[in-house]
Amino acid sequence: MTQEQLIQTSIVILLLPLFGFLFLIFFGKRISGGGEQSKHRLTGWIGTILLFIGLALSMIVMIIKLTNYPEAITWKFQWIDFGNVPFFGPLQVFLGITIDNLAAIMLVVVCLVSALVHLFSIGYMHGDIRFTRYFAYLGVFTFSMLVIVLTDNFFTMYVGWELVGLSSYLLIGHWYEKKSASDAAIKAFIVNRIGDIGMFTGIMILYYTFRTFTFSEIFNAIQSGNIPYGSNEWLTAAGILIFCGAIGKSAQFPLHVWLPDAMEGPTPVSALIHAATMVAAGVYLVARTFSMMTADALVFIAYIGAITAFISATIAIAQNDIKKVLAYSTISQLGYMVMGLGVGAYTAGFFHLVTHAMFKAGLFLGSGSVIHAMHHALHHQGDHHTDPQDIRNMGGLRGKMPVTFFTFIIYTLAISGIPLTSGFLSKDAILAGTLAFGDLSKHYLIPIIGFFVAGLTAFYMFRVVILTFMGGHKETHRFEFIHESPAVMTIPLIVFAVLSFFMFYSFNPFDASSGWFYHAMERPQSVVPTVVQAHSIETFEEALHHAHLPAMVLSLLVAGIGIFMAFMTYRWKKINADALAEKFSGIYKFLLNKWYFDEVYGAFVVGGTIVFTRILRWFDNTIIDGLVNGTASWTRAIVFGYKDHWKLKPLNAKVFIFIGLVTSIIILIVSYQAMSAPTEGLVSIMVSFLGALCAGALTFFFFWAGAGGFDKYIVDGIVNGVAYFSGFFGILMRKLQTGKVQTYIVFVMLGVIVFFFLLRGA
Amino acid sequence: MTLYDMIFYFFAFITLASAGIVVFSRNIIYSAFALLFTFFGVAGIYVLLNADFLAVTQLLIYVGGILVLLLFGVMLTNKVVNVEIKTGTLQTLPASIIVAIAAGALCGVFYITDWKIIHDKPELESTTATLGEMFMTTYLLPFEVASIVLLVALIGAALIARRDKKFPISNVNLL
Amino acid sequence: MLPSVTITHYLIISAILFSLGIYGVVTRRNAIMVLMGIELILNSANINFIAFSHYGGIHLDGQAIAVFVIILAAAEAAVALAIVLNIYNRFNTVNVDEVSALKE
Repeated sequence: MTQEQLIQTSIVILLLPLFGFLFLIFFGKRISGGGEQSKHRLTGWIGTILLFIGLALSMIVMIIKLTNYPEAITWKFQWIDFGNVPFFGPLQVFLGITIDNLAAIMLVVVCLVSALVHLFSIGYMHGDIRFTRYFAYLGVFTFSMLVIVLTDNFFTMYVGWELVGLSSYLLIGHWYEKKSASDAAIKAFIVNRIGDIGMFTGIMILYYTFRTFTFSEIFNAIQSGNIPYGSNEWLTAAGILIFCGAIGKSAQFPLHVWLPDAMEGPTPVSALIHAATMVAAGVYLVARTFSMMTADALVFIAYIGAITAFISATIAIAQNDIKKVLAYSTISQLGYMVMGLGVGAYTAGFFHLVTHAMFKAGLFLGSGSVIHAMHHALHHQGDHHTDPQDIRNMGGLRGKMPVTFFTFIIYTLAISGIPLTSGFLSKDAILAGTLAFGDLSKHYLIPIIGFFVAGLTAFYMFRVVILTFMGGHKETHRFEFIHESPAVMTIPLIVFAVLSFFMFYSFNPFDASSGWFYHAMERPQSVVPTVVQAHSIETFEEALHHAHLPAMVLSLLVAGIGIFMAFMTYRWKKINADALAEKFSGIYKFLLNKWYFDEVYGAFVVGGTIVFTRILRWFDNTIIDGLVNGTASWTRAIVFGYKDHWKLKPLNAKVFIFIGLVTSIIILIVSYQAMSAPTEGLVSIMVSFLGALCAGALTFFFFWAGAGGFDKYIVDGIVNGVAYFSGFFGILMRKLQTGKVQTYIVFVMLGVIVFFFLLRGA
Repeated sequence: MTLYDMIFYFFAFITLASAGIVVFSRNIIYSAFALLFTFFGVAGIYVLLNADFLAVTQLLIYVGGILVLLLFGVMLTNKVVNVEIKTGTLQTLPASIIVAIAAGALCGVFYITDWKIIHDKPELESTTATLGEMFMTTYLLPFEVASIVLLVALIGAALIARRDKKFPISNVNLL
Repeated sequence: MLPSVTITHYLIISAILFSLGIYGVVTRRNAIMVLMGIELILNSANINFIAFSHYGGIHLDGQAIAVFVIILAAAEAAVALAIVLNIYNRFNTVNVDEVSALKE
């Protein structure tokens, strides 16, 4: 396959989900008909099949790209040409597609997760009233993510970025009749906007400096020493601002609050958001712009990632909703990825994105399967009070749902970083990276947080597994109704479980760096000036080499401790969790309430905005209106007060005459001074004479104005004159504008004749 | 004066005279039928200009199609039994003046211009095959677009003219 | 006697036909009469095309354009008459100066 064909294929992949969206949104109702079930599901299958075609094509693209073309393949075209814009210069916008290894791998990940989520949704969303629309939105979600993946410039990336925001809004609010769902959708949308403002500003800084949106051109320009405003700090700022977009989309601290609420959407949507589309977009953005990040920006990114990982891992321990636990674990793992990228372990960070996409999508779909079963059992019983998502209501599901259980166990092992799983490879790589970074830069906090979070992850994930699947079910009656999910739901689970093993990424189960992935994803050379560059690839590799073994041992150790603690607490009941919670009730409440982020934001950000608007309202009502109204009443007082209350308020009139007299006297004195000035001559006499004249006129005018003459004749005269003239011309024009086409044709003919005579030649 | 010239003047007379009737007749039925002769005369002029295919097309489409349509229009929108079949006129005087000036200007321009004529003698051969080839090669895209335009016009005309009391257009749910 | 036929003759025929068409469009109140005027105008344009195609040495391109003009005339007539019928149904008149519901 040639490069052109690769580009064409990727465009086809890009447009397939969009086509699915358009088709389903316009013709979906026609196909699904009046709710007949077999026809109803057809719409879902259409979307699913389109995505599977896309998946097959993207695999072809990836394999060919990785085997045949080491360099990035790009294709671009001029989208718009404004010519020479005043104050700015030539303004052209080029758009295009680039397929490098990063994009090729991401393409497969997005298509794979999306296709399997589509398949799973056919079972999960069965019987939903907006089944067709749901699949249409899934299509547009995938499309927007593919836009981000394939683009070669910031412009389209921003477009895709906003499209992802929009489609996540639509999907999170899928059950918009539920207040919490529509609130969550709005929250996700608004919180993302905050990050996007930063990204937008960053893009604008880059565009203003380099006059291009294309990544490679910007990087080349930076490499040749051309940086924004000639200052390294501006470059750092641009990097951090662009990273703000990733903070919003990838749910990093402090904008992570939207993601747990987004659990209000259907569970497969959560899987899609968490694994392939939305949150991956942020990490992808950081990976894309990695080479323009300065050392300071990278440290910032690493700390944001570490803080995020820590906060959300602690929160996850105390949550009881199975999806909430998974949501916080996603945030925590995203923190890992961002931290990995930040410390310079570029390959590891992106590797974790890929492996995490597989097992996290699996975890969500598995939890979806459990919730589906619980929901049906509760529905069967007529019980609408018990929460089907609360892990305290579950237990012992292992026997009833074997496929879900075994796949779930595999995902959990993967996320905890147990050998032979993909999660072990990527997590270990990130941890080794943090250790190396800690060694090199003495930021020891980052590796400490990394290992601590690894232990926490193992602990809370096994807590979920034990509480959900092991032990006994509390209510035997409900337990009888729980069944394994249908094949459309279990097949994606099995696929993801298989993909959570090591051999797909590296044949050595203990070292990812020997696998194809590491060869495909070399860390790109930094383009920023050497002064502000992070540790070079060679130094970092050297440190990484030393850190590899300790990191592996340590991570195994902490994961083992975490799992052991989980079994001690929840399986063998050697440690009483409730008693602990009782003892440290302060900390427990703090964690249960998610570090009070929502409350703090509610009080300060939302409340602050409301207070600010109140202040503005007060300012508008009191100061602005006061000025306007005050001017009006003052004018009224002067003009009408004099006229109307000549007899009633003699004081007012006297004041007025007094002001007039004083003014005229002052002017007279000034003009006299001017006349007796040393610069004698005709000019000065003229000036003085004019001054005297003006003074007299002004004095007269003040009295006259007092009587309302000024208002009546001058002001009203102007207004009425304008009105009269517009009226006159209006009537004149009206004669011509009959509103009849035929009259206009006559005028056109007249014009043609005039042209005939004008152009009749010599 | 050759036979060619005589035929030309004959058709020119038919065309212009009947066009005059079309425009100046007060009775719309007369106008419609006079239009038939105009189209016929124009078709004759096409033949003289070595456009045999177009002449036939002119007869088929204009006489067979458009004129029938117009007649239907006349009959469907006028109460034939009434005397209202006569149509009023608007702004006759300014229109006459301006159109007369325009006609004069056009004729003058056509008359005084020294047209560059490539070949005076008409070569008599059928144009149908050549035109057909051109539509399949040079003018393929316009040809296809024209077919779509016709289709759209067909559907659109049917939709607009339909008088369905059961489903007024405002109640049609498009999604 | 009448002069021998040249391109000018055809052009003058088309000019007169065009003027008559314009006159019809401008002066008549009946929408169908307006349509007839438009047909006259289109015919005059076609005569021009074909005359230049014949005398101007541009082979059959002029005729090809004329075919497109005929096609569009047919489409236009169909749609316009449909609109006229619809107007008649709604306003019970086809006089163009009386149908002014959109004007104000």
